[in-house]
Amino acid sequence: MITRNIPYHTVVNAVKDLVIRIAYELPGDVKQALRDAVGRESNPRAKHSLEQLIENYRIAEAEKIPLCQDTGLAVAFVEWGTQTAITPPHDKPDATITDAINEGIASGYKEGFLRKSVVAEPLNTRDNTNTNTPAVIHLTVVPGEHLRIWLMAKGGGCENKSQFRMFNPTEKKEVIAGWIVETAKNAGANACPPFVVGVGLGGDFEQCCLLSKKALLRDIGSQHPQPFYAQMEKELLQAVNASGLGPQGLGGDTTALALFIETAPCHIASLPVAVNIECHSHRHGRITL
Amino acid sequence: MMSPLVIIIVVWPVRGKENTTLPKRIRPDESGVDFSVEKAGKEGYNRGLKLSLNRTEIMAGKLIQLRTPLDDSAVKSLRAGDEALISGVVYAARDQAHKRLCELIARGEKLPVDLRGAAIYFVGPTPARPGQVIGAAGPTTSSRMDAFSPILYAQGLRATIGKGYRSQAVREALRQYGAVHFSALGGAGALLSKHIVKCETAAYEDLGTEAIRRLEFRDFPAVVAYDAYGASVYKDK
Repeated sequence: MITRNIPYHTVVNAVKDLVIRIAYELPGDVKQALRDAVGRESNPRAKHSLEQLIENYRIAEAEKIPLCQDTGLAVAFVEWGTQTAITPPHDKPDATITDAINEGIASGYKEGFLRKSVVAEPLNTRDNTNTNTPAVIHLTVVPGEHLRIWLMAKGGGCENKSQFRMFNPTEKKEVIAGWIVETAKNAGANACPPFVVGVGLGGDFEQCCLLSKKALLRDIGSQHPQPFYAQMEKELLQAVNASGLGPQGLGGDTTALALFIETAPCHIASLPVAVNIECHSHRHGRITL
Repeated sequence: MMSPLVIIIVVWPVRGKENTTLPKRIRPDESGVDFSVEKAGKEGYNRGLKLSLNRTEIMAGKLIQLRTPLDDSAVKSLRAGDEALISGVVYAARDQAHKRLCELIARGEKLPVDLRGAAIYFVGPTPARPGQVIGAAGPTTSSRMDAFSPILYAQGLRATIGKGYRSQAVREALRQYGAVHFSALGGAGALLSKHIVKCETAAYEDLGTEAIRRLEFRDFPAVVAYDAYGASVYKDK
C-alpha cells in the first residue's frame, strides 16, 4: 500500500544538487585516505603526486572547479521503498523515477558547468547527447517508505580498465587473488592510480559486474562482514600496493586506497569474478528522501 | 698505517651546449621563481605551484623550464624522468580532433593549426564558468591517440602531453622525428587548470569539449615520460 508520495521535482532537485556536489567535493573518507597515504608513502615522487591530489581537491572546493575534467557517466543505485510513489508533474503524467533522475542529472551537468561525456550510441554516429544522460540506473525494491539514491560520477579512463572473468568453481583462492591483483596492476597509469578497487565474486555474468561496482560505494575503512572476505580484502589491498605501480604509475607504495569485495550466491558450475577499477577521484554521494 | 686515499670523481652529464635556446635548468638555490604575493594570481595557483616546485627540487635536484614552440635542442636535452614546467602556447586536442587532422593529412590538405614545433595536450576540459579561463583540465589517456600521434610528429609536432602509456610505434616515432611525450598528473583537473592562463577555440568548434583549443600554459608541471631517444619513465612500459 502506498503511504507516501514524493513529488517528482523533489527527486529532480535532490539529484541535481547531489550531482553538482560530488563533482566539486570528494567524500570525507576519500580525502582522509589520501592524507593518510601521504604519511605512509616512502617514494618522494609519489608523495609529491599525492600532495598535488590533496591540493587539487582543495582548489576544486574553494574555487568551484570540478575535481576532474572527466565529470563521468552518472551511475545511480536506487533503493525504492514499496510504500513510496512518485507524483508526476501535470505536464508529464507518465513520468517515472527514471525520468526524474535523468532530469536531475541533465540540469545538474548544465548548471554545474560539468562536462557532457555521453554519446547516444556506441559505434555508428557517436553523437553527444549534450545532457550527460541517460544515466545508468539500478533499481532495488525494499520494504518501507524511503527513497534512497546513491550516485557515482564514473570516469572513462578507469572504467576502461575493468575486467570480468569466469573461473572454474574448484579454482584455488590464490589463483583468483592473483588475477585480481594483476588486473589492478595492469590498469596502470591510464586508470589514474591510486585506485579504489571493487571486486564482485559470485552471482552470474551481469550480477557479478554489478557487485563489483556496488562494492565501490562502501566507506573506506569498512570491512566485509564475513571474516574470510574481510581478510581477503586486507591481503589483496596489500598485494596491490606491493606491486609498486604508485600514483601516476611512476612508482610508489600507494597503488590503491581501498579494496572492497561483494559476494552473491552462484551456479554450481560457475565462479564469476569482476574487478571494477575506480580512480582516486572517487566521486559519489547519497541522498535519502 | 695510512688510510687508503679515496678519490671520487664526479662526472656531471653534459647534455649539450648551454645557450639561450636550451631550456633553463633550475637548481634549488637559484630557482629564479618568484614565490612572492606580487606574482600572485589566485591563492590556489600559488599554493599549487609552490608545492610543485619545492618538492620536485628537493627530490630531483633540478627542474626544467620549457617554453613552446620547442626547438630541436630543447627536445634533445630532455630525458625520461625529467620534471618540467611548460609555458607558452599548447594546443588542446583529443580523439575526434586527432582523427580529423589525420584525415586532412591523408588527403594532403592544409591543417587548421601549424604543428611545426608545436605541443599538443590531450584534454577535454569542463565548460568554463563566467570569469574563468577554462574549467577542469587534466590529461586524458594518451594511448587512445597512439594511432594518430606518429602522423602528427611527422608534420613537425614536437611534444605531446597526456596520461599513461604509449605504444612501441609512438616511441619509435618520437625517436625518428625528434619529439617528446610528457605525463601530467591524471585526475588533477582543478590544480592543472590553474596553470592555463588563456584559452580560445582554434578549430572544430562543433566538437564541443573535443574541439582544438589554443591554450597558453604557465609553468604547467609535467614529467618527461618518453624521450627522443626511446627511453621511458615507466617500468616495463
